[in-house]
Amino acid sequence: MSATGVPEGVAAERETLGRLAQELARRAAQEDLLDVAYRTLDTPVGVLLLAATPRGLVRVAYDREDHDAVLRSLADRLSPRVLRAPARLDRVAAELDEYFAGVRTRFDVPLDLSLASGFRRAVVEVLPRIGFGTTASYTQVAALTGRPGAVRAVGTACARNPLPVVVPCHRVVRSDGTPGEYVGGAAAKVGLLALEAR
Amino acid sequence: MGGGVVAGVAVSGAPVAVRAVAAGHEPFEAVVAAHGATVLRVCRAVVGPDAADDAWSETFLAALRAYPALPAGSDVRAWLVTIAHRKAVDQHRAAARRPAPTAELPERAGGELLGDWRADLWEAVGELPAKQRRCVAYHHLGGLPYAEVAALVGGSEAAARRAAADGVRALRRAWGDGGDSGDRNDRVHGDQRSEREEQR
Repeated sequence: MSATGVPEGVAAERETLGRLAQELARRAAQEDLLDVAYRTLDTPVGVLLLAATPRGLVRVAYDREDHDAVLRSLADRLSPRVLRAPARLDRVAAELDEYFAGVRTRFDVPLDLSLASGFRRAVVEVLPRIGFGTTASYTQVAALTGRPGAVRAVGTACARNPLPVVVPCHRVVRSDGTPGEYVGGAAAKVGLLALEAR
Repeated sequence: MGGGVVAGVAVSGAPVAVRAVAAGHEPFEAVVAAHGATVLRVCRAVVGPDAADDAWSETFLAALRAYPALPAGSDVRAWLVTIAHRKAVDQHRAAARRPAPTAELPERAGGELLGDWRADLWEAVGELPAKQRRCVAYHHLGGLPYAEVAALVGGSEAAARRAAADGVRALRRAWGDGGDSGDRNDRVHGDQRSEREEQR
């Protein structure tokens, strides 16, 4: 070993802790203590945070939303029993990989919409009706919700969509056809629309 | 992330604790990241290398179960060390019920490397009498004040302080035997805080 033993000892400790943390996540899930599981996924629109409750996918977050802040918010709003536990997210991660590879046009995973309430939830529930490769205007989405006057509220609901990409708020564009704003940034919105136009 | 809120409360007064209530609990993953190494070292010192991983797992699983009910502003590290102590006691009881000789507490903590302690220092920890070993582990590795150490191991605060001092003296001898410069003795005496900070 080296003169002080620091590198090997610290490396061995980190390896042990990594293995123990994985085991903890596995046992937590077995014993119904894994209230919020999360992982990250590298995608063409940046690193996405994926989080799921036992009921389903509850949050997708872009890097620019600050993943640590998002996890703290999940701890506050859902449960502080939050662990990095990729297994629960395996299926949605695989579907997202297929989507970004251009071989999947819709997502088929259970969703937990508990982070969207009231009118925001109504918007999130109608967004999947905008199919892959198509777009709708904020005005059209307002009509879909049965509140045609609520165009601005639709904008707010899209901006605060807890499940971007999977619930396709990126398909909602301005009436003049320009993309408009997006929780993942304008570039990500243009990128997703281009991907779906291929 | 890490122990941000918790550390702030631990070193500050009541006004911060009030804000911590409003902020709620950190994600448990941050608790594991901030205190996992400390708990592993405490387990390693108290139950030896073979049982340390189990003790760590049982400690964090129990902590995860109880975490939502932990009062905001609590000293999370001290809470975890207390749980680790209970799990170590459970392990000793289970071992005592088992007839196999291997179920005895290992006499030596073993020579593997862990953290920035040299292997021979972990061996020396394993050779300490049980009470000294626990007092050193809970105070110097786990950061518990002596009053809380005494509450865990029994006896008075002064006795816990003496046992830890005797233990550290024995470890210094072992460190000196194996080694070179005297200033590393501080590592034995310190609470490893700087090293933990580096790992964040």
